[in-house]
Amino acid sequence: MTAPSAPVARRSVSMRRVFTYVGIAVVALYCLVPFYWMVVSAFRRPQDQFDNAPLPSPWSIKNFTAVFKPGVGFQRALLNSLIVAGTTTILVLLVGTFTAYALARLDFRFKNAVLGITIATSMFPGVSLIIPLLKLFTNIGWINTYQAMILPSLSFVLPLAVWNLTTFFRQLPFELEQAAMVDGCTRGEAFRKIIIPLAAPGVFTTAIIAFIAAWNEFIIALSMVNKKEMQTATVSISKFTGAYGFDQPFGTQMAAGVIVTVPLVVVVLIFQRRIIAGLTAGGVK
Amino acid sequence: MAGISRTVPAWSRGAIAIGAMAVVLAACGSGKTGSGSGDAAGRLSGRGPITLAQGKDTSGNVQNQVNTWNSRHPKEQVRLIELPEDADAQRQQMVQNAQTKSDAYTVLNLDVVWTSEFAANRWITPLPKAQFDLSKFLPPTVQTATYRDQLYAAPWKTDAGLLYYRTDLLKKAGISAPPKTWDEMKTDCGKVKGVNCYAGQFDKYEGLTCNFSEAVDSAGGVVVDDQGKPDVNTPQAKQGLDFLVQGFKSGLIPKEAITYQEEPARRAFEKGNLLFLRQWPYQWALSNKPGSSKVVGKFDVAPLPGLGGPGAPTLGGHNLAISAFAKNKATALDFISFLTSENTERANLLASSEAPTLASLYGDPELRKKFPYLPVLKASLLNAKPRPKAVRYGDVTAAIQEDAYAALTGKMTSDQALADLQNKLGQLIQP
Amino acid sequence: MTTTTAEPETGSVRRGSGRDVQGSGRLAGLLLSPTLLVLALVVGYPIIKALHDSLYQRSQGLDAQGFVVQGDRFVGLKNYLDIFSGDSSSMFWNAFWNTTFFTVTTVVIETVLGVTMALVMHQAFRGRGLVRASILVPWAIPTVVSGLLWRWIFQADGVANALIGTQVLWTTEGFHAKVAVIIADTWKTAPFVGLLVLAGLQTIPRDVYEAARVDGAGAQQQFWRITLPMVKPVLLIAVLFRLLDVLRMFDLPYVLIGERKQSVETLTMLALDEANNLRYGPAAAYATILFVYVALVAYAFVKLLGTDVIGQMRQQGKATSKRKKNTAPVRQEVTA
Repeated sequence: MTAPSAPVARRSVSMRRVFTYVGIAVVALYCLVPFYWMVVSAFRRPQDQFDNAPLPSPWSIKNFTAVFKPGVGFQRALLNSLIVAGTTTILVLLVGTFTAYALARLDFRFKNAVLGITIATSMFPGVSLIIPLLKLFTNIGWINTYQAMILPSLSFVLPLAVWNLTTFFRQLPFELEQAAMVDGCTRGEAFRKIIIPLAAPGVFTTAIIAFIAAWNEFIIALSMVNKKEMQTATVSISKFTGAYGFDQPFGTQMAAGVIVTVPLVVVVLIFQRRIIAGLTAGGVK
Repeated sequence: MAGISRTVPAWSRGAIAIGAMAVVLAACGSGKTGSGSGDAAGRLSGRGPITLAQGKDTSGNVQNQVNTWNSRHPKEQVRLIELPEDADAQRQQMVQNAQTKSDAYTVLNLDVVWTSEFAANRWITPLPKAQFDLSKFLPPTVQTATYRDQLYAAPWKTDAGLLYYRTDLLKKAGISAPPKTWDEMKTDCGKVKGVNCYAGQFDKYEGLTCNFSEAVDSAGGVVVDDQGKPDVNTPQAKQGLDFLVQGFKSGLIPKEAITYQEEPARRAFEKGNLLFLRQWPYQWALSNKPGSSKVVGKFDVAPLPGLGGPGAPTLGGHNLAISAFAKNKATALDFISFLTSENTERANLLASSEAPTLASLYGDPELRKKFPYLPVLKASLLNAKPRPKAVRYGDVTAAIQEDAYAALTGKMTSDQALADLQNKLGQLIQP
Repeated sequence: MTTTTAEPETGSVRRGSGRDVQGSGRLAGLLLSPTLLVLALVVGYPIIKALHDSLYQRSQGLDAQGFVVQGDRFVGLKNYLDIFSGDSSSMFWNAFWNTTFFTVTTVVIETVLGVTMALVMHQAFRGRGLVRASILVPWAIPTVVSGLLWRWIFQADGVANALIGTQVLWTTEGFHAKVAVIIADTWKTAPFVGLLVLAGLQTIPRDVYEAARVDGAGAQQQFWRITLPMVKPVLLIAVLFRLLDVLRMFDLPYVLIGERKQSVETLTMLALDEANNLRYGPAAAYATILFVYVALVAYAFVKLLGTDVIGQMRQQGKATSKRKKNTAPVRQEVTA
């Protein structure tokens, strides 16, 4: 993909270039500077965690080893997060795509009502949902299960997924689908072979959003699970403590934050490539 | 939200019966509820697997203790449930489980200020006093484990504020002993230049409640009197609050101390910016670690100073209680006895440096060698005052923080703040 | 909550030949039901429960033995009325204006930043992958961690003060506390807007720009006349969901500044505080009022800006397909 606006100006191409690069640099710095602080804090020795020096002196990986101390069970927590976030993402895409397709492509009554109800569920403060849910899940024996974390995460992301996918599906020309069906495709085939590839940017963006939302979910995962083997990474981080009393292990928490964030960025990058790949395969050159 | 049963559950009828009996006994003027608790003991039945819910096991020592127990009691295994590090989050999880009447948590590790709330809501079961030799515990810690003269928890870990001071700077200024009164402290600060005088924890959070109560108690006032009645609008309380208010105004207390919680305060002290600091014992070991601490070996602790003599620190700590909704309460009771035994508390102090509740350990030569502050801490603990015992403690501490913070930041005069606080506490605390 | 009943056998998907739009109600019901079912169970039920609870009050009184009197009392609308009277009224309006202020400021900043980020990510240049990654980093960091990070940065002797060279006590009451929250929130969520808008940008066919260039449109004109209108649907969704989120915000002010600080107290924090003190009825009432407020804001937003988003589906559908017709050749190559 080339920049849509890049090859424009005849007058001062180089100036624009400079501006573009300065803009890019500013945006990247804005995003990275606090993250840089996080990384640097993670690499300080625990007893140096209050330093404001721009670089750790001396460097130390003590915080990282503390994260993976045997008693903490952080590897398992990462795995749990992966299971919960992965399943949530797949379910969101599956369920959300169906719903969005219906909303974008089919004609039926109450369409706006459905859209309205869907988004209305994103309007209630999430913290007020916990106790009723806890009661419900306790009654049906779902405490300490993956579904007790997946289902709420699913419901938190579904409204956005449905609305977003609906918008993308709606932007695609109807004629293509109709043409395909005239050519003998079933509606399902037309959907799978034509709509989905064209809507790839929307689908993968939704996937990224769902994955990150589920990966970072905290309060439900904390409330619905009390077994260490079942806890997710964010919950595990909240349980980090220093050696004594009020000692807050900031460095260790930041190290865990780095560990939790890096795979996420990798996942995002892979999906990002798919957005581009999806389009290229789609033939916009 | 939380659906609360609109009928009285069966178990609570029993509790009401016990409560009624306690009242009868009290009416007879004995005030002792020994027999009442004996009754309660009969209800602690059932043996089998249980859980222990508490904040993160910092040293891993609790897990060791649990392992020891499990190897001895193969049919009564204990599982440790770690809750978040944040105290509010711990309470929230426990309340949620109580609201849903879940039996997930058996033994609860409660902050001392939660006892009344958990007891009055019948979320925890009364414990038989006979099971514990309460005379062995430091008396103030036992106070925090009772509600209306009934024992609801066993004291496990305790805490009290201490005065950290810079021995090197005092020595250089020719001062031989740490200050016992606020006036002495001010005089000492006059002699030492180049550092801030004093700080505590004055951000708007639970630490402010502790620091405010300490100031009031150390000036001879009370927040809540012995009968549990609020009595904070007094000249003594005003002197206490004014110590802090004037401290901020005069610069005795640095103005950034209004943002201090435990860790920023520790950092200021370790950077060498403070001559005196009110802090919990946990800082001792950390500030003595070479690294960014610039005060290694240059400080000591003393009891907090007060208006006319040594001050009265606020009591912190944790107690062990049994969830009313749990199964296997007999096992839970034995497990609590095990955790509060001398051997276990000793091992716990060595591993986590959390202060024990058993008085005998403070005289242990080996422990004294490792924790030189133990004698000072014991003296402080014996002089310590609990925070107000209130069923609605959350509202009480919020009210204290609101008015104390308003006074410290100059939004209210200390007279206004105390009058307002007295008024609010009167509505919140039922005698 | 389901408006249409689901058809059990999946065969209808294949059968639903339907020359499109006519009589697709059944298929629609089938496709919609999983979503509606999940939402009804996990969100719908608790909301109804909260509405119910908001009409009750848990007893706070103690009996003679010192136990809390059990049971809830039906109090009608008292919980709602109480919010608007006395002390709690000023607390409510303070939280209301804070919530509104945060919403307006952060959403405006995030929209501008997010669109900028999307344009940057959309550019072709060396090291684009790295820039993409860096833009998404803030959003990928769990709030649990980023809240702590910002708290550390904004401490009295934290790195923020070291950088600006004066001592601002960020976590004390005052406008600076609001600024700290806004900085932390926009940093974290602008990438969310950026990502969605980027996806929107990707679907704009390039020949539209080429045509515009032939017509002599400059970069600015292209942005306002082509880019913005074409990403508008997805931008509106991003903004709408940011609105919903920030209106319900609580964790960032809570972790960063602290509890019960009037400068940053939001409506959700009030609800949370009530619930933490076991006043579930008033907590539910706060939550319900917030719900109504959010719904009104969302409705107004969609009505004012979002004809692309909801309503007039058919015109919209036609309009889009008409618009797309210009670019149809490209699209059809796609299917070949």
